[in-house]
Amino acid sequence: MTANESGDQSPELELRNVEKLYQSRKASTLALTEINLSVRPQEFVAIIGQSGCGKTTLLRILSGLIKPTQGEVQAEGRSLWRGDSRDPETVNKLGLVFQEANLFPWYTVEQNIALPLNLRGVDKQGQRDRAYELCKLVGLTGFEQSYPRELSGGMRQRTAIARALSYKPRILLMDEPFGALDALTREKMNLELQSIAEATQATVVLVTHSINEAVFLADRIVLLSPRPGRIRSVTKVGFERPRQVDLQTRPEFQNIARELRHQLNEKQHG
Amino acid sequence: MRSSMDRDKFFKLLPWISTPILLAAIVAVWKLYTTYSGISQFVIPTPEATWVSLLDLLTDMETWTEHVWITLFETLAGFLIAVLTGIGFGVVLGRVYWLELALRPILVALQVIPKVALIPIFVIMFGFGLTSKVITAAILAFFPIMLNVLLGVRSVDPGHREVMRSLGASRWQTFRHLDFHSTLPYVFAGMEVAIVFSLIGAIVGEYLSANAGLGNLVVASLNALDAPRLFAVIILLAALGSILYFAVTGAKRLMIPWHESVKQGV
Repeated sequence: MTANESGDQSPELELRNVEKLYQSRKASTLALTEINLSVRPQEFVAIIGQSGCGKTTLLRILSGLIKPTQGEVQAEGRSLWRGDSRDPETVNKLGLVFQEANLFPWYTVEQNIALPLNLRGVDKQGQRDRAYELCKLVGLTGFEQSYPRELSGGMRQRTAIARALSYKPRILLMDEPFGALDALTREKMNLELQSIAEATQATVVLVTHSINEAVFLADRIVLLSPRPGRIRSVTKVGFERPRQVDLQTRPEFQNIARELRHQLNEKQHG
Repeated sequence: MRSSMDRDKFFKLLPWISTPILLAAIVAVWKLYTTYSGISQFVIPTPEATWVSLLDLLTDMETWTEHVWITLFETLAGFLIAVLTGIGFGVVLGRVYWLELALRPILVALQVIPKVALIPIFVIMFGFGLTSKVITAAILAFFPIMLNVLLGVRSVDPGHREVMRSLGASRWQTFRHLDFHSTLPYVFAGMEVAIVFSLIGAIVGEYLSANAGLGNLVVASLNALDAPRLFAVIILLAALGSILYFAVTGAKRLMIPWHESVKQGV
């Protein structure tokens, strides 16, 4: 596992010297500074840190929802920003999953999943085929015509993931996608996310506050320290895939988790 | 599980059982009161006399062509104007924040005025014909729609907006897939109130000045001291109001079947 050196492969996603300064009339807050990160194709990167360390801001910068005050964001060598507007072709390569599923209650599961295709002018049959295909991938077969209010929290989040995957983005960006789910569902979703990432060959950047989730899923874990948010450490996780649930009981797993927890707490006191 | 399904079924049927029983009880009390209290027939008529009057009214073609139709026309025309202008003003005021801020004191003042008090002015301005009633109905119905739409336009879920933004949706696409659907329940909430208000507007307008319409028939019956007929017209008005209200609710069920208010309704 070569992680940080990107010499052999050009990076899928790259942040260069990114900084985000929030300015209001009274005060300015430096949310992120000196962020340098490159993500290889098909790599799974987890970003962890205490709440308020800027990890969500970082993901929003990656997704183009907010513009960094300084630095460059690139996907497959193309800049995400052209002046003050986003490059549509680069936006097309990014799929975004939020903590809330944010499904439209007036659309069925099928219509929600196909929404991005609808926006891109794909014909009805193409939308339908892709929606059914994705329902199969994320385990929602039989619920295509259900409304979001009829689904459980886990199923809603699966729908949101399917929606993000509908236009086959190269990069999947996830902001605490399972944060609102119960522990059992969460464990199950972690396993499924692993196989979805495998099946779609997408590059994944996952923001989470769960150390176990990060160690279980990621090839590389980026730990942010707060105020201002900066990269404290990068940890490689070399476990073979597909990973099974009982991996979490292995001493190597627990060692990594312990070290990360230690680093997180260290910052809290210092 | 089974018992909860039985209970749901029972709750669904309940209004269909309770309503006839309650109506029968009201008629029974009414009958007993008129028989034993010795109250004058000119003040409260017996249920039978009212029934006879109602049948007379319903079989008379003139009731339909001269009165029901006129009142219905005034109500629906006023309602339609209120829906169009209410949505228009609601969207603009909901979107253009400074405009709403600038107009807020005037809007509040207009709201506080008992609009029924303005009807004589409309009669002076627009005459004794249909126009003054249509305008009264429209103005009464305008405010609930406008205020609901204003609220609806501002209540679009920021998370939903973010989804559209992250997908690079255009303004029109965002409106078509998000704002439109998200605001529709508010439009219907406003229309449910507005349809009743516009009927009130039409009838009160007719009370003051008219030679046709159900409101006019109320006044005419009163002047003739024809209490059974007065009661019969009021029953007819109640029926008309209910039909209009349920028409709006029915349209709502058809248009936004996904909404909570539809799921829990009758």
